[in-house]
Amino acid sequence: MIEVRNLSVSYGKHVALTNIAISVADGEAVVILGANGAGKSSLLKAIAGLAQPAPGAQVRLGGRPLLGLPAHEVLEAGIALVPEGRGIFVDLTVSENLDLGAYARRARTNAARNRDLVFELFPRLAERRRQIVATMSGGEQQMVAIGRALMSSPQLLMLDEPSLGLAPVMVGELFSALGRIRQTGVSLLMVEQNVRKSLSLADRGYVLEAGRIVGEGDATSLKDNPLVQNAFLGMAEDA
Amino acid sequence: MKSAFVWVALVLVLAALAAAPFFMQAYGLGLLIGLMGYVTLASAWALFSGRTGYISLATVAFFGIGAYMVAAFNEVLPYPLVLVVAALAGLALALVVGLSTLRLAGVYFVIFTFGLAELVRQLVTWYEINVTGTLGRYIFMSLGPEHIYWQLLALAAATLFITWRIDRSRLGLALRVIADDEVVAAHLGINLARTKLALFALSSVIITLVGAVQAPRWTYIEPAIAFNPTVSFLTLVMALLGGASRLWGPVLGAVPLFLLFEWLSANFPNHYSILLGLLFIAIVFAVPKGIVALVETRFRTNERAFRPVAMEAEGKP
Repeated sequence: MIEVRNLSVSYGKHVALTNIAISVADGEAVVILGANGAGKSSLLKAIAGLAQPAPGAQVRLGGRPLLGLPAHEVLEAGIALVPEGRGIFVDLTVSENLDLGAYARRARTNAARNRDLVFELFPRLAERRRQIVATMSGGEQQMVAIGRALMSSPQLLMLDEPSLGLAPVMVGELFSALGRIRQTGVSLLMVEQNVRKSLSLADRGYVLEAGRIVGEGDATSLKDNPLVQNAFLGMAEDA
Repeated sequence: MKSAFVWVALVLVLAALAAAPFFMQAYGLGLLIGLMGYVTLASAWALFSGRTGYISLATVAFFGIGAYMVAAFNEVLPYPLVLVVAALAGLALALVVGLSTLRLAGVYFVIFTFGLAELVRQLVTWYEINVTGTLGRYIFMSLGPEHIYWQLLALAAATLFITWRIDRSRLGLALRVIADDEVVAAHLGINLARTKLALFALSSVIITLVGAVQAPRWTYIEPAIAFNPTVSFLTLVMALLGGASRLWGPVLGAVPLFLLFEWLSANFPNHYSILLGLLFIAIVFAVPKGIVALVETRFRTNERAFRPVAMEAEGKP
């Protein structure tokens, strides 16, 4: 469904991404693994229309070119992003944050149904719909962020390090919620440092290092890949 | 029940204000006109700047354009059409300025709008000297002060009503988050440029109309009068004093400050500017979030603080 080709992004002289090619099929969950500074967030931002790639790049959603569209049009096309650090509005209530998620034109017709879906996925949000988000825990705030992204009926949900800074219990809850979201037919593209959890959820993965794709494969083969094990899993043989 | 009561009270206040000219002397009515002018300016300014966080110092550019349109067309067009022309001129300027500047962030936008007001003043001066060959213009119209007052009252009421509607709408929610985080707002599907431009244009047209409606009071205008930058600063400080992001904030700031400025300029005409400057500084230090927010925290009337769900949450780790 989404096809990224020949994508390079630089900020001034600093090159963040070089010739990236990735794809996510319909209903697939794909994870991008990489250390800090590998360019993971830049990749999601370029797809979302928030970063400007070098000429020659291609990003297509179901055959339709997305590059050059402003961020709000990318969302209308069917791609929602849960940004790093969540990007929710902490002075607003849960309900108001979800309303914002339904701001896009594509979201308006199904707003009520999507809201029910979000409350079904995250019952805790239903209990706290009138609560100001600032008073909630990190895990609950992440639920608000994901719920808000789902309000726009995305075909592809992109998540930038959703487990960052969450307590281990919450990380487990988060990934089981992502699993349920997958079952609703939404494709997932996420950037993660929690390799174990994300590889057990994902179908496939890419390994990003210093702005280049250095490895890719299905989730099980990546789990056994020495490159991944060395870099992320702390299973190096001499350790 | 409660909201019906509020509406009745508002209508009564409006009726009382509308009846005021029948019971007032010329000075009192003049004071009310100036007051209503600033109430509208501050509310219209806050409609854009208070909600988006884009601080505009271009208030007087639009205000002055409104006044100049009346001066230029009052003898060739019927009065309602003059107001339409003024509103369209304000709209055109707002769209040009908006399209070219709303991408500027923070202090750059402030500086640009300040420069814009000066530019418009210089352009009008240049035009008057080189094309029409005069500097000042006379406005002789048969509008009594009470008519000007009623128009301003209607404009003020309309501004507050529009602001109230916008705050409760989808657009109002979008504006609150634009001020908070533009990147995330864009990613929620909010068309930033169009939203900001629409609001800037609306606010600017109202400001233009205030200038147009008040123009006949002056009988004589020239660029230095119509484009006096003090108007921009007074509007700004009134809105900030009351609370620029709240519906009633600008009104609560404009009323006491306008009366104070009246008193200062009557009693200390030579030190007026110095006192004004000191007052600006004092306000920014003492009530940075405005009177409305101050009162809310002092008396805890903020409805959110009393929501039972929120209270329950405070007890949680």
